[in-house]
Order: sequence, then structure tokens, then C-alpha cells
Amino acid sequence: MFRNVLGKTFRFLGYTVQYGCIAHCAFEYLGGIVVCSGPSMEPTIQNSDIVFSENLSRHLYCIRKGDIVIVKSPNDPKSNICKRVIGLEGDKVCTSNPSDFLKSHSYVPKGHVWLEGDNLRNSTDSRCYGPVPYGLIRGRICFKVSLMLSSNCTCQKR
Amino acid sequence: TKGVLCQNSVESPRNPEQKIIKRVIALEGDIIKTIGYKKKYVKIPHGHIWVEGDHHGHSFDSNAFGPVSLGLLHARATHILWPPQRWQKLQSMLPPERKPLQREQE
Repeated sequence: MFRNVLGKTFRFLGYTVQYGCIAHCAFEYLGGIVVCSGPSMEPTIQNSDIVFSENLSRHLYCIRKGDIVIVKSPNDPKSNICKRVIGLEGDKVCTSNPSDFLKSHSYVPKGHVWLEGDNLRNSTDSRCYGPVPYGLIRGRICFKVSLMLSSNCTCQKR
Repeated sequence: TKGVLCQNSVESPRNPEQKIIKRVIALEGDIIKTIGYKKKYVKIPHGHIWVEGDHHGHSFDSNAFGPVSLGLLHARATHILWPPQRWQKLQSMLPPERKPLQREQE
């Protein structure tokens, strides 16, 4: 009787560990659902939008200019930020604000990317904290899930 | 983690495919004197650390690429496993000549 219970407990633990490992690998290497907050990517991504991010591009080093990426914040490793890649390493980017009279440019250093929010007037991005190391990129946003009023769920490909 | 100075494995800020192992010299808020960096004194920004190799002058570390974001920190090196004659526990100690000029807590 006791051996039965022990056997079942071990099997249960075994399945939990197996599924836990698969789930961890899926979230780490494949992707997951992300809820975005903040106005810096309007009108592309609104506050409280739900998006799907895939992590394969990041591991295969095929993040391209124009992609929207989820990045670990350079100043706070526990939080993530969502911005668009404006420049890759070696690109020339404009580092001044749109309202500045004199424009300044610089080149994105090796191993870094230049990020900007779509809502330029209300976004703290690379114009504020400089180019971001590529290693901080966590994933690329490929789908936005929008819930229509008629309670249908549609996916917009971006 | 504040107060823990140790060797860390970090994704290289210049080459994301490469991991580098250096010693953590200073944490966010500390002010240190640099060796061969573009600025003589640096205050480590929030969310960053300053790493240096033990062999100064022959090391590609923060003196070359500046403070490293904590998000790039991958792991902490605790022991040397190979070759067997180099088996040892890596000591977490800060070289006295590399002490920060000012700590955040002070």
C-alpha cells in the first residue's frame, strides 16, 4: 500500500519535472505571450496590448532593422522594455530629439543596437540611454492579439 | 548582489556570441579610478557593474568597453575544474589597489 503511494508520488514528480523543463525551454527558446504597458510604442502597440514574442531570431542572430523587440532594460535588469530597432551595429543614427534645432549623428558601436519607440515624443529610448548591447534582446514581437468588441479573437501579423 | 565581489561570466558587450570571465570591481553607485579608459574617474550608472581582468593591461574588460549592464550577467564562476592540476575554488576578493573611491552606502 505504502509502496503504491510512493511509486505514484515519484511518477507525479517525474512528470512535473519533465513538463517543467519543456515549458522552460519553450519560453526561453521559442517564445511566449507578453502584455505591454506604456505609451512609448503608440499607435503600433497601445497600453495593455497583448503580443506574442518569439525568441528564435535572437538566438539565431537574425534581428533586422525595423523589428519590434523585447529588451532587458539597461538600467534595471529586472524589467523589460519594448521598442523598435532603428539601427544595427555600424549604422549611422540621429541621436538628437526631433525638436532639436541642431541634429547630431553617431554610429552604432559593434555588438549594439539603437532602439526607439514609435511615439517619439513620449518615449525614453536609445536617445536617452544610448545604444543597447545586443545581448540584452530577449525576443522579437511577431503577432499582436486584438480582442474585438464582438468577442472574437483575431491576430494581426506585424 | 551588493557586497559580493567575484568572478562573473558575462556576455561580451562587443560580441554577443562570446562569453567573457572577469572580476566584478565595482557595483552601481561606486566611483572608481580607471586604467586606460576614456574617462579617468567613472561613477557606475544604475543597473551596471564594472568588471576587470586580474591581468591588467592584457585584459579586454570595462577599461575598454565601459560599465556592463547587469542584464548581460550570465553566471558566477566558482571553481576551476580543468586541468586537474589547476583544481581550486575561486576566491571572491577585491584587489586592494582596485578599491572604489566612494561606495554608494557611504
